[in-house]
Amino acid sequence: MLCFPPCLTLVASAYSAAGGGGPGWFSGVAENQPDQEKIGRAHNRSEADGGNCLADEFILETHGLTKEFAGFFAVRDVALKVRRGSIHALIGPNGAGKTTCFNLLTKFLKPSAGRIAYKGQDITAMPPADVARLGLVRSFQISAVFPHLTALENVRVALQRQHGNSFDFWRSKSVLDRYNARALELLDDVGLSEFANIPAVEMPYGRKRALEIATTIALDPEMMLLDEPMAGMGHEDIDKIAALIKRISAKYTILMVEHNLSVVANLSDIITVLTRGQVLAEGHYADLSKDERVKEAYLGAGHA
Amino acid sequence: MSALTDDTLPVTPRAMRDEMVAFAVMAVLLAIVPLTGIYPFFVMQALCFALLACAFNLLVGYGGLLSFGHAMFLGTAGYVSAHALKVWALPPELGIIIGTAAACGLAVITGYISIRRQGIYFSMITLALSQLLYFIYLQAPFTHGEDGIQGIPQGFLFGVFNLAKPTVLYYVVLAGFLGGFLLIYRTINSPFGEVLKSIRENEPRAISLGYKTDQYKLLAFILSGTLAGFAGSLKVFVAQNASLTDVHWSMSGEIVLMTLVGGLGTIFGPVVGAFIIIAMQQYLAGYGQWVTVIQGVIFVACVLTFRRGIIGEVARLLRRSL
Repeated sequence: MLCFPPCLTLVASAYSAAGGGGPGWFSGVAENQPDQEKIGRAHNRSEADGGNCLADEFILETHGLTKEFAGFFAVRDVALKVRRGSIHALIGPNGAGKTTCFNLLTKFLKPSAGRIAYKGQDITAMPPADVARLGLVRSFQISAVFPHLTALENVRVALQRQHGNSFDFWRSKSVLDRYNARALELLDDVGLSEFANIPAVEMPYGRKRALEIATTIALDPEMMLLDEPMAGMGHEDIDKIAALIKRISAKYTILMVEHNLSVVANLSDIITVLTRGQVLAEGHYADLSKDERVKEAYLGAGHA
Repeated sequence: MSALTDDTLPVTPRAMRDEMVAFAVMAVLLAIVPLTGIYPFFVMQALCFALLACAFNLLVGYGGLLSFGHAMFLGTAGYVSAHALKVWALPPELGIIIGTAAACGLAVITGYISIRRQGIYFSMITLALSQLLYFIYLQAPFTHGEDGIQGIPQGFLFGVFNLAKPTVLYYVVLAGFLGGFLLIYRTINSPFGEVLKSIRENEPRAISLGYKTDQYKLLAFILSGTLAGFAGSLKVFVAQNASLTDVHWSMSGEIVLMTLVGGLGTIFGPVVGAFIIIAMQQYLAGYGQWVTVIQGVIFVACVLTFRRGIIGEVARLLRRSL
């Protein structure tokens, strides 16, 4: 693992050049965070001047994204660029900071430093609900359904949101029936028609994940962030959900964190490998699987 | 809070039909009370507490927010209504409106402060705020401290209904209770209620769908506080006094107890729970302090053996939503 820091610097500085950051972009965030902020501001300006060509190609970008928990850097200086329309996978060994990174992107955690841009708009300081309203919607590691609502009601809650706020406590919920047709269509699309009137809590695990995806699609997002969509699933379910993700990727940009490497190999257009909170490598599966550093990170060969 | 509401049954159109039937039965039973010879004062008092518990249940059972300071809305509305009726000599309808409005204003402020915290911290902040108010009411001249506001004139509602007549007062209180109950029922079964339930079920997911959950929780808190205040204003006409008991923290505890015994997150549970607790206080009054011990035993039994509460268990046995 001795060669690790220099290699990383190479990878990361390549990103900073592409991202338009000035010299010294990568000059040790840990030691001088004020510097990092300066760079972030400088970058804001350069993007404002430089037009939107980058934003068009990359739907989501991060620059120097860092999260520190009381001295421990869970995510450090991550520069990520997700191409519009691609399936982008984030992989790495346990504790690499994948989920933290994910929570930063969806604003469930506040970054210690760095910035996040979605469709060219700085969303670093935006609350999570607003980010969702921009079309960047996440899933959760533990299947995120509303357990005591039926499958239909689960999807309907999302459709309801898409049509504005729901502070109308004086109206009957039968006004929501107009979303039923669309909700059934969405359920049918993920193969859940027969579960429409079953409370989500009574559905098998794999079906809950499908329901979660149907709920997410109901918001008609532009980009979906899937946190370990295959976690805790059996084989048949994995195939089903993988096929589903493949199918919906025609319409949406997908960034996913996943442990199952065969799923990652089959689905992703591009893969970013994280270790110890930092980007180790990025590329296609075929290239990465030959990369010594990636093998080391996964197998720990460097320590032997 | 999710642990407490895990067993809530899903609402379907069939369930709504069941609930409407149950509502009709309840309304008829309550309407014939004055003909049965049951002490109307007891039923009126129970109705006020039933509305209070229903308002509380809206917040905890459907919003997943356990307020431990709901007595402040009951007491505040009571004091303000009593003051308006006695000192300003306002007619009953204005007294009720002013008292309820005061509770609403209080709910806006306390909700704004407390809603930002989750779980036990939310409960503790509501408790702290209600204790703060308790000590203000203890010292404030208009509440008459330990004496409370006594001998409140009942007057003529809308200048027509003589509230000094027990039967007239009974039907006015009943109408108030049924109106409040229906408003809560509608709220639960409204588009807003659906979002509220989804927040109770899984708040991070609701946020990820783009819901600003704090705003929904705040509205639920304000509705709940306002309706609790309405119950407090009605109670002034029944008890003809407003005292510190109604703002004491033990009253907040009793509200929790009523709701738990009846069935958290059920439509009718809080009504049943309120009647049971008030009946115990009424008919076991001869045992003095033992009432508290008996209540404690019931609470423990409820938590250990029927966690869904009475109506919750009945609903499960009948496989119906109540």
